[in-house]
Amino acid sequence: MYTLPSKLKLFSIILMVIGLAGITYGFFSTPSTIDDVKEIMAAENAHGEGHGTENGEEHATEETHEANFVDVARGKEGYSKNAMKHEKDVHMEGHGDEHLEHVLHQLQTKPWSATFVSAFFFLMLALGTLVFYAIQYAAQAGWSPVLFRVMEGITSYVLPGSIIVFFIVVFAGTHFFPWQNEELVAGDKILQAKSTYLNFPFFLIRAIIYVLGWNLYRYFARRNSLRQAEVNNYDPYRRNFKISVYFLLFFIVTESMMAWDWFMSMTPHWYSTLFAWYVFATMFVSAITAIALVTIFLKGKGFLPFVNDSHLHDLAKFMFAFSIFWTYLWFGQFMLIWYANIPEEVTYFIIRIQEYNLLFWSMLVLNFVFPILILMNSDYKRIPWFVVMAGVLVLVGHYIDVFLLVMPSTVGAHWSFGITEIASICFFLGLFVFVIGTGLGKVPLRPKGNPFIKESENYHY
Amino acid sequence: MEAKVIHAIYTDDDLLMQAVKQTRTANYNITEVFTPFPVHGLDKAIGLEPTRLAITSFIYGLIGLTVAVLMMNFIMIADWPQNIGGKPSFNFYQNMPAFIPIMFELTVFFAGHLMVITFYMRSKLWPFKKAENPDPRTTDDHFLMQIDAGHHDVKKLTKFLYDTGAKEISLIENEEDH
Repeated sequence: MYTLPSKLKLFSIILMVIGLAGITYGFFSTPSTIDDVKEIMAAENAHGEGHGTENGEEHATEETHEANFVDVARGKEGYSKNAMKHEKDVHMEGHGDEHLEHVLHQLQTKPWSATFVSAFFFLMLALGTLVFYAIQYAAQAGWSPVLFRVMEGITSYVLPGSIIVFFIVVFAGTHFFPWQNEELVAGDKILQAKSTYLNFPFFLIRAIIYVLGWNLYRYFARRNSLRQAEVNNYDPYRRNFKISVYFLLFFIVTESMMAWDWFMSMTPHWYSTLFAWYVFATMFVSAITAIALVTIFLKGKGFLPFVNDSHLHDLAKFMFAFSIFWTYLWFGQFMLIWYANIPEEVTYFIIRIQEYNLLFWSMLVLNFVFPILILMNSDYKRIPWFVVMAGVLVLVGHYIDVFLLVMPSTVGAHWSFGITEIASICFFLGLFVFVIGTGLGKVPLRPKGNPFIKESENYHY
Repeated sequence: MEAKVIHAIYTDDDLLMQAVKQTRTANYNITEVFTPFPVHGLDKAIGLEPTRLAITSFIYGLIGLTVAVLMMNFIMIADWPQNIGGKPSFNFYQNMPAFIPIMFELTVFFAGHLMVITFYMRSKLWPFKKAENPDPRTTDDHFLMQIDAGHHDVKKLTKFLYDTGAKEISLIENEEDH
């Protein structure tokens, strides 16, 4: 039986404390009036000039060059400006106080977004694992039961993680969701038409349903799985099979709606049919990576003698396959929008390419090029440190992915990667390690009594 | 050289696997095994080297990718630039998103087809080739293990093979190889 070592426990608690302090700092250091924003912007300008005129000029040219990246790729000057002119969700340009007010709003949103990105990223690992677990049950997979306790350990984070994310999205209000701003909706026909779905009471009810449903499945699946170790018949297993099938049906609907509610409605005028799948692909590949990393960690410590390299090989295959699946969906969304070139659609990518250029492309490299090259060779999928290396890259890449889902839509051009962002990663990483560490430690890691356990232990590729 | 081989026939794949392992531990040389379907793990049990087909496939894929890039560059940029959907094709990089499906397809096409052709060539298979299969029953429900009887005592070897569970054992003296 695994117990969370006291050192690791202490480490995770320290991470949480540091993270909490950083997040608090982030929330208290936001500007509260337009004058503060003026000061901040003046300070930024002074900082730029402080390098001397020549440097300042160089900086300026660099900026214009970067700003015109989309124009260059389009081969048409003024393309991006023209497209963004009609943009209603992310205001890039503005005049006087109106603009400053908008910047103020975005700066106040920043700590919310930073917290949400990390909170959702770690929830995503646990939630995706829960789905993977349900798929193993529904498919009656023979290879994976040795990993069930590991997966159950990871999914123990679903409860705290989903509750935190729930509170963030419910209390974020107009920081995230412009459609909650009644003034804005009053003057906007499109948002009025959407208000039967995008209204706060319904939004709240939906969020409660998602969180409740996911946690109920996790609770009953875990209970049945534990009971299976004690009884002589396969009733708990059969029950788990049944609820897993229903959960998967429930999940794919709620996950889609969750993606629309919590991410797509940040830019309520923009929509993409593929979006929910895209979020799911991100979730699933990161979750499988998390399972692989936790498994390698536990096996390295000697807690999983019954897991052999064929199991690792299969997990790495899933990482490889779903990295490509993610890229497929990413490109499917990108190319259609690029090709159709409809003004209200392209703004989504223009802001990401212009203001987040490096992150946007490096994410593709991290999530596609590295996994495909590192994990292509069959033998490498069995070498733990290779899988760990690929896994860390994939996780970093998908953190950036979530970052790019949230940040451009909420804080626009005024993003940075500073104390709040790092602190929120620390806090949720600490919480994640703490919760799954204690979750793993509650029961023996070998799922006794599972009808496929013998097949799984003898699994050989 | 006199080629003397023994054909041992089994009726079950698990039995065959076990026999292959025992035969190899007894230091007999298995030259070939014929089965009606792929038996999982048999290649490792016989001691075949891992296939290098995957490496050739990777190289073919890269060739396909290169062909696609060169082809699209020639067709859409160099030879006959067209303005499709308001996207003037002045250079490759500006139009790349539109070419990616083609790059992908040709990568897969080259990797797949050339790998199959390589496999045929490597296995010496071509149209109208006479089957090398020594016993047609191995295409139905029998498994055949071919052992090089060369310098071994045939009687001892036969006894050994019976003990591994062979249903039928026959000594083949191949005259053609003289």
